[in-house]
Amino acid sequence: MGHTFAEKVLACKAGLEEVVPGQIVVVHPDKLLTHDNTAAISKKFRQIGVERMADPGISIIVLDHVVPAANETYATNHRIIREFVAEQGVEAFYDIGEGICHQVLPEKGHTWPGALIVGSDSHTTTHGAFGAFAAGIGRTEAAAVMATGEIWLRVPESLRIVIRGRLPERVTPKDLILHIIGDLGADGANYCSVEFAGEAVQEMSIAGRMVLTNMAAEMGAKNGMVEPDEKTRAWLAGRVGHDYEEVHPDPDATYRQVIEYDVSDLVPQVAKPHTVDNVAPVTEVAGTVINQALIGTCTNGRLEDLEAAAGILRGRHIAPGVRLLVLPASREVLLAAVERGIVADLVAAGATLLNPGCGPCLGAHQGCMAPGEVTISTANRNFKGRMGSKEAFIYLASPATVAASALTGMITDPREV
Amino acid sequence: METRITGRVWKYGDDVNTDVIFPGKYTYSISDPKEMAQHALEDLDPSFTEQVRPGDIIVAGKNWGCGSSREQAVTCLKEAGVGAIVARSFARIYFRNCINQALPIVVCDAVDGVESGEEITIDFAEGTVTTPRGVYTFPPPAPEVMEILEAGGLIPYVRKKLGIE
Ligand code: SF4
Repeated sequence: MGHTFAEKVLACKAGLEEVVPGQIVVVHPDKLLTHDNTAAISKKFRQIGVERMADPGISIIVLDHVVPAANETYATNHRIIREFVAEQGVEAFYDIGEGICHQVLPEKGHTWPGALIVGSDSHTTTHGAFGAFAAGIGRTEAAAVMATGEIWLRVPESLRIVIRGRLPERVTPKDLILHIIGDLGADGANYCSVEFAGEAVQEMSIAGRMVLTNMAAEMGAKNGMVEPDEKTRAWLAGRVGHDYEEVHPDPDATYRQVIEYDVSDLVPQVAKPHTVDNVAPVTEVAGTVINQALIGTCTNGRLEDLEAAAGILRGRHIAPGVRLLVLPASREVLLAAVERGIVADLVAAGATLLNPGCGPCLGAHQGCMAPGEVTISTANRNFKGRMGSKEAFIYLASPATVAASALTGMITDPREV
Repeated sequence: METRITGRVWKYGDDVNTDVIFPGKYTYSISDPKEMAQHALEDLDPSFTEQVRPGDIIVAGKNWGCGSSREQAVTCLKEAGVGAIVARSFARIYFRNCINQALPIVVCDAVDGVESGEEITIDFAEGTVTTPRGVYTFPPPAPEVMEILEAGGLIPYVRKKLGIE
């Protein structure tokens, strides 16, 4: 009998012939990702009472959430992390300015097909875009992985989502995943491993696939994945410095459900406040007045996203009264966007450029909202209070929709500008 | 771990996310669990922190704790005195975080049988939740999970395993 991707990776990592959904396995992750929360994790680590990490080589620490530090508390956190890194001899440490962890890991060669990655961040699912098994864990668990090098995981059931057809002009992977989440619900894939397949996914860029696996977390998935192909190998070439063995699901694997979508007629989608599965076609909310527009985050802060926004805003100017925040997902993305003139185009159009990092996504700094304000954002979450005031409103959309909305000052169908 | 607990209920709906359980804006600025407890559920139910009593039980619909992986969304409730959470289903990281902090959780439909302010009894050995309007059953936790709960959470469990103390 065949096995799904999750079953194959977890069996291999647990050193077992095969595993079945529901089984609990103890595994040694290839990589452990932590970020600004490493300060809190280091405290838990000390509570456990070991002196040294079991294997500092698996630890990757990226400062991205509130960078540069917004105040003394954050600054102290960062200092604790830098000291911990030095003390434990963690080599894969990326200080402020390098970018968001989920972008930095693959860029720096820490993500590869078949890898088992756990991270103390719910969007660790992103790395599945490269054919890795990547799941979010909590802080205490991260500390335990540091101390022991191992973790228990429940073998998930799997969903296979097959996407047929070709995305129409200005309709993007973000619109697709919003549509899927709207359809399946915020717990539609709870505890499940989600495999994204089909010709529309094969056609997609790596950046586009990362949007799907990133937002798989918003339907409760344990991990999301896309089978590695030539594009994956080409993207990773020169970044991953060792051999790896790809893991592909068996054609006769057993799934909880196989779901098919056809994207040929898909229109731009928007998630309305205050849940990610509150999804509607852009036409339904067009005309909603906005105060702020945000392009960036681990969902949509990559070069093709900035490019899509520049394609709409080049030579024009955003509407009066609108604040457009642009934050590239990493230094590499920022440099590429500078080289191609995309940054100049966006800034000339009225954008405020922020440094690579999470920026306003979690409501801690750089663009929080006042009560009653409305932001349209390319991020992955629109929960109440997420970006400042709990009386503010967040709409989620693609970079094209956000750029079009910044241009007019209200939520706008990107196919109409 | 107590095998049988009785407590007063705080009832909530579906898809209650970690941002309303513990707001993201505090995740890096508050590190004292007592202070975390003062903000528990503040964006959902401001009366909670004022009136919660030790041993109270949260009973909710599906997908409790969806959203971010932040553990404070468990810590703040545990520290506020919550004795257990009963929900139709939990978001997976939240589920793990509860086990790792030894906050008992129960997956069943007890939300159908109880209103806020009423009492329920959870019997972990029997696998039952007794509400004013019916008894609901739940499967016992996996042995690996039970071991962590019984050790008092992941940290004591790992210490024991590593032979510390
Ligand atoms: S960009 Fe937002 S969603 Fe992504 S890791 Fe940062 S805070 Fe989390």
